[in-house]
Amino acid sequence: MTTATVGRRPGRPDEAVGGVVPREVVSPSTVAEVAEVMRAAAADRLTVVPAGGRSKTSWAAPPSSCDLLLDTSRLDRVVEHVAGDLVVVAEAGVRLADLQAQLGAAGQLLGLDPPEPGATLGGIVSANASGPRRLRYGTARDLLIGATVVLGDGTVASAGGKVVKNVAGYDLGKLYTGAHGTLGVVVSTTWRLHPVPVARRAVVLDLPAASAAGPLAVRLSRSTLTPSAVELVGTAGGAGQLLVLFESIAESVAAQASAAVTLLGGGSEVEELPATFGRRPGSPDDVLLRLAYLPTALPEVLAALPHGTAVTASAATGVAYAALASSDAVDALPALRAALARHDGTAVLLRAPEPVRGRLDHWGPVGDALDLMRRVKERFDPERRMSPGRFVGGL
Amino acid sequence: MTAVAEPAVSAGTTRLAEQLRSTVGAERVLTDRAQLRTYECDGLANFKVTPAVVVLAENRQHVVDTVRLCSQAGVPFVARGSGTGLSGGALPSADGVLIVLSRLRRLHPVDADNARVVVEPGVINLWVTRDATPHGLAYAPDPSSQLVCSIGGNVAENAGGAHCLKYGFTVNHVLGAEVVLPDGEVVHLGGAAPEHPGYDLLGAFIGSEGTLGVATELTLRLIRIPEAVQTMLVGFRSVEDAAATVSDIIAAGILPAAIEMMDALAIEAAEAAVRCGYPPGAVAVLVIELDGPQVEVESQFSQVEQIARSRNAFETRIAADAAERALMWKGRKSAFAAVGRISPSYFVQDGVIPRTKLPEVLGEITRMADDVGLRVANVFHAGDGNLHPLVLFDDAVEGQADDAEELAGAILDLCISSGGSITGEHGVGHEKRGKMGRQFTAEDLDTMQLVRCAFDPHGLANPGKIFPTPRLCGERPGPRTAADTHDPALGEVF
Repeated sequence: MTTATVGRRPGRPDEAVGGVVPREVVSPSTVAEVAEVMRAAAADRLTVVPAGGRSKTSWAAPPSSCDLLLDTSRLDRVVEHVAGDLVVVAEAGVRLADLQAQLGAAGQLLGLDPPEPGATLGGIVSANASGPRRLRYGTARDLLIGATVVLGDGTVASAGGKVVKNVAGYDLGKLYTGAHGTLGVVVSTTWRLHPVPVARRAVVLDLPAASAAGPLAVRLSRSTLTPSAVELVGTAGGAGQLLVLFESIAESVAAQASAAVTLLGGGSEVEELPATFGRRPGSPDDVLLRLAYLPTALPEVLAALPHGTAVTASAATGVAYAALASSDAVDALPALRAALARHDGTAVLLRAPEPVRGRLDHWGPVGDALDLMRRVKERFDPERRMSPGRFVGGL
Repeated sequence: MTAVAEPAVSAGTTRLAEQLRSTVGAERVLTDRAQLRTYECDGLANFKVTPAVVVLAENRQHVVDTVRLCSQAGVPFVARGSGTGLSGGALPSADGVLIVLSRLRRLHPVDADNARVVVEPGVINLWVTRDATPHGLAYAPDPSSQLVCSIGGNVAENAGGAHCLKYGFTVNHVLGAEVVLPDGEVVHLGGAAPEHPGYDLLGAFIGSEGTLGVATELTLRLIRIPEAVQTMLVGFRSVEDAAATVSDIIAAGILPAAIEMMDALAIEAAEAAVRCGYPPGAVAVLVIELDGPQVEVESQFSQVEQIARSRNAFETRIAADAAERALMWKGRKSAFAAVGRISPSYFVQDGVIPRTKLPEVLGEITRMADDVGLRVANVFHAGDGNLHPLVLFDDAVEGQADDAEELAGAILDLCISSGGSITGEHGVGHEKRGKMGRQFTAEDLDTMQLVRCAFDPHGLANPGKIFPTPRLCGERPGPRTAADTHDPALGEVF
């Protein structure tokens, strides 16, 4: 390995992860190079934080140390797309948008639609990022069928495989999903794909009260309609707009959209999705939270948020994003978490402006499995060099 | 056939049995050899081990007490549900405790608005759908054994079924689990909400074949019963045409609920057993089911029919009602047992290949069987490339069982070399652990065992399953190549 191949250089202030400027940055371009970097980092006991498109570096807590930022963006090869098997193998640094373009040419897609621009596959897996179509396709844990990671000591380990149905061995892809680089560096991912639906139609319904989306989503869930997404955009205590998306063959989306208008008691049919579809709410000055709860609790969740909070919700799944005014967040978060807990709910910080970041508990309560999580971390990364401090319980 | 040696029950385990009697109640603790023998194997009857002790748990506390006492005594334990597993996953330890969970059978009321239900592990798979149906809901994973298999066993094996082509596997439908860890501690993984902060330990637990702990309660996700379901039985004169039809359907952008395939020998067996009326003279049949909104199903159904015809289907039969649909499925779902009608003995194999390699792999299996003079009936989930070759043999013929076992193993090697897997739904269990090293590297397996060591450092939960060589958890974790292969030149870099 030479410095040229891994593109080693000093970290820049604008590359700070949660305010921590990496001492150095490396950009390996092969799995073997990642393994070499990790072995060398182990020898020198360096802390390592992996990053891809850097679109979600604020989604985990700031690292307690970052000697080395491992930039995966040069691991950018789509290794194998077997269209007949609806499977693709792609390296972690491949950008989702680029992959979708390539798959789309073959009439296929990866059923993930998190909106962060520039997001890479490795980053999406590590942050477990999802978007509105999770209602139809599920999330990374449902679509990832194989993963290769490089552990802190340089071990290259794969789990899963290249076939959708496979129960040989532990499914470690699920363990790495949402682990925020605290167990190892995800270097390659294998996915189950879906055909691109040929037609699309949405029903848009204005709601004087955003909370009305709750019972409407239940009504949709209890019908035989098969929407790809049921998205609320609105404000807590204020108005909202519900968008119900159908994607299928032309006859089906027409029939379903029309049935949805009847079921919802109104709404207009549109062919094009509004530009705001799937976007996270609020502005960079806000504190952005991801809420997860029992789906029927949506009205209670909205009621627990400070009045006027900008919200989007995947209303039929029990996931919402809320942009709290920074001035509200420090006081409101504990009460919000207590209210959510009644619905098995949690609130995780995705983004907070500098002045309040340090005053907020990033992850909130984790439950009785935290010790077990700690034991898992100790086995994978006994020296605590992988993204230290970024995860729950300071892991 | 392989039999596992049965060492004598140790004094420590005998003492443990006494402790169990006083803690969980003598009437729930079996140590009589004749009674114990009921539990010597699961659905894979060619491996048998009589456990030292059986505990018939009736509630979570019985499980916690039993596991804790095992942990204190350093005695291994194995959890067992209905015992229908096909890889020896519930094979007991001779000097260990078998915890039978089939009396933990509580189903909580269905939460219809959230499409969730909480159940105990001994609940039978089909009961969940039975309870959900009045609400217009169903539990998607439908292994062929769903009349008798338990949810706990489904979770251990990450069970699939015919409809997992469209709906996914057990892991996609279990949202939360209460788990007794191998030291007796109770933890809650996942829950009723769709996400929880922290590692997805639930995802690692499901499919871990009882090696990470014992689930005592599960939160399941239910699916909406689709507006329309249509099922078609299609007869072909060649396996190649049937396989090509499967590929063409997928290539047309259609995702059926299920595509199942049976070859001539499997059809013969099913006919003999349940008279399902499959097309006479068919060398292969496909059972294709589409579900969803009415208009979608109707349009795609006629598309599928055209595809099949263009691949020389000679008979296409469409189920007119639920009774006809049930008959089509009966032939398929009874196929394993039916093979007993045409062969004194058989091995059920479970392997996965990329769907696009179906024709060549099936051809190769036939050649391999011909070479050793054996017959192989093929029944499989064609949509996802999950093969179930049934290797037929006669115990009475000297050496034939060994030949059959060898052929079944060679078929797995073929699955691996085709880019597939040694198991799609039956699990690795006791039976296939020797093949794990073919599918995975030593580093892959060591990394999986890091999880095992975190959950179960003393290796007491279902030992001897999945992994060819257990990792000693006291070992310093590290790559096999370790620091001695570290390139000294790297010192210049860092």
